[in-house]
Amino acid sequence: MNKIAAVVNRYRALFLVLVFAVLCALPFVIPKALYVRYACNILMFTTLAGSLNAINGYSGQTCLGQAGFFAIGAYTCAIFSTRFGLDFWLLLPIAGVLAALVGLIVSLPTLKLQGIYLSIVTLGASEIIRIIAQTWTPVTGGALGIKNIPYPWLFGLDTFRPKYYYFIFLIIGVVFLFVTNRVLRSRVGRAWISIREDQIAAKSLGVQTSFYKSLNFMYGAFWAGVIGCAYAPFVNYIEASQFSTDTGFNVLAMIVIGGQGTLVGPIVGSVIVTVLTESLRFLENWRYVIYALIIILMMWLRPQGIAGASHSMLAGGKIKRKPIRKGGAQEHV
Amino acid sequence: MSERNMNGRTPLLEAQGICKYFGGLKAVENVDMKIYAGDIFGIIGPNGAGKTTFFNMCTGNFQPTKGKIFFDGEEITGMSPETVAQKHIARTFQNLQIFKFMTVLENVKIGCHIKTRSNLADAILHTRAYREDERYTTEKSLEILNRIGLSSYRDTLAGNLSYGTQRKVEIARAMALEPKILLLDEPAAGMNPLETRSLMEFIQSLNADGYTIAVIEHDMKFVMNSCNRILVLNFGQKILEGTPTEVKNNPEVQSAYFGKGMVAGEAIQ
Repeated sequence: MNKIAAVVNRYRALFLVLVFAVLCALPFVIPKALYVRYACNILMFTTLAGSLNAINGYSGQTCLGQAGFFAIGAYTCAIFSTRFGLDFWLLLPIAGVLAALVGLIVSLPTLKLQGIYLSIVTLGASEIIRIIAQTWTPVTGGALGIKNIPYPWLFGLDTFRPKYYYFIFLIIGVVFLFVTNRVLRSRVGRAWISIREDQIAAKSLGVQTSFYKSLNFMYGAFWAGVIGCAYAPFVNYIEASQFSTDTGFNVLAMIVIGGQGTLVGPIVGSVIVTVLTESLRFLENWRYVIYALIIILMMWLRPQGIAGASHSMLAGGKIKRKPIRKGGAQEHV
Repeated sequence: MSERNMNGRTPLLEAQGICKYFGGLKAVENVDMKIYAGDIFGIIGPNGAGKTTFFNMCTGNFQPTKGKIFFDGEEITGMSPETVAQKHIARTFQNLQIFKFMTVLENVKIGCHIKTRSNLADAILHTRAYREDERYTTEKSLEILNRIGLSSYRDTLAGNLSYGTQRKVEIARAMALEPKILLLDEPAAGMNPLETRSLMEFIQSLNADGYTIAVIEHDMKFVMNSCNRILVLNFGQKILEGTPTEVKNNPEVQSAYFGKGMVAGEAIQ
């Protein structure tokens, strides 16, 4: 495992280009259109799980309501593109910003809450959003939903075919990972992680925890909104039941299985959960039992997730220590 | 040193009649304190004397029930911990609150938070503000790690280090704030005598560089040898504020530590 990691790190740029090339070729190699759809789902859930991971994995706030932000994005796209004919690429940031604003509203009363209480509020907010979508018929179409959401423009390609829609998810996924990677390696990202690790200590170092917690919530909600906006034209028809808490827990399962607090974790998680969902369809509702078993097993055997920090204390990994040179570093203390 | 400080200078950190009640429990009762720039100021007292509570009020973690706290002439009573930290008041914690799943270097980098300004957009676009902040943060953190002797652990997860070393990480992190005053809550707890000794030397060398330090400590050797002024608390009340010699010779301090009554010799007679 370590050897693989070392090789990947050494040829990092080359490795990333290679992965990107493979991902670009994928829809043309995969024989069946149905499988390309699955690949689209995986990419979509990668960003959605990633956006949840940005909250749960980095600032340590347990959000269970990602489906709500996802719904905001999807409805923004559906409503504005069917009624006002706004362009998809314009709606993408708008959906993100709207979701982020809702994220801000949710985060304000939760700033004083932690742990389970915060989780319950986010869960409630997600349900409120779904119920509004279900009952506000004049705007959201109520139980009938919104259909015929126009397909986005992508260099003149027929995006109604999953083969080409795939690239919209790929673009968003790549931009998401690129931006998030940059944010995490900055002052802002460090502030988030410090809140996850120890809020009191973070405060004592001058980190305005309330501000950064809100910002973190908004950041996660933004990307959930963006990917929600991309989801609506993909399925062409949306209605409230697609955004139930089941979706939220599904995404949560992805980051728990994949590993929170790493960028790779949500990718691994979305691949595993999506493949399982599709391949276990013959079991019908019994497949949820299998999910539950997997999550319990993960909690038991590898609580940090498959791609969780392998050199962490929980993983019982080796401590990386360089030998101390004599007379050198250890002068003072 | 204390005489020099008394010449009408404003104290750096001053507490006036500070009280903290938890319901009926008077954790801290009417304590005054003056710390002058350049001091190594010791706070001692038996367990449960209210030392940490008192510290917590100085740094905004607790709000005092009564009384006022001034820093450099400005009242800081009622300010939140993060606002207090922005005034360059740094602290460490009695029960070690380091960021365990971050590397030692990252731990110290958080300390540079208040000295930098780059925001989310800067981070995404890698603007000049971001690059300058990152350069400053990295250089400053490495410099501090070098100084405290933790350079060799820079990429180790802080949680994997030994207890004594984690304490040093906490001090390093506080130093990144460029503190005007450094409040250390039992820095030598969990250290062996050798480590304690070198920590003492380190604190003295910091003081020689112009840092003002306030320290809660149980190790009497440490306190008596390195502090120039000492505040003694017992049951939340101030017994004495004075030089180490004054503290050693004070009968009340002695009784707080050793109890009242007859000394062995008297009992025989």
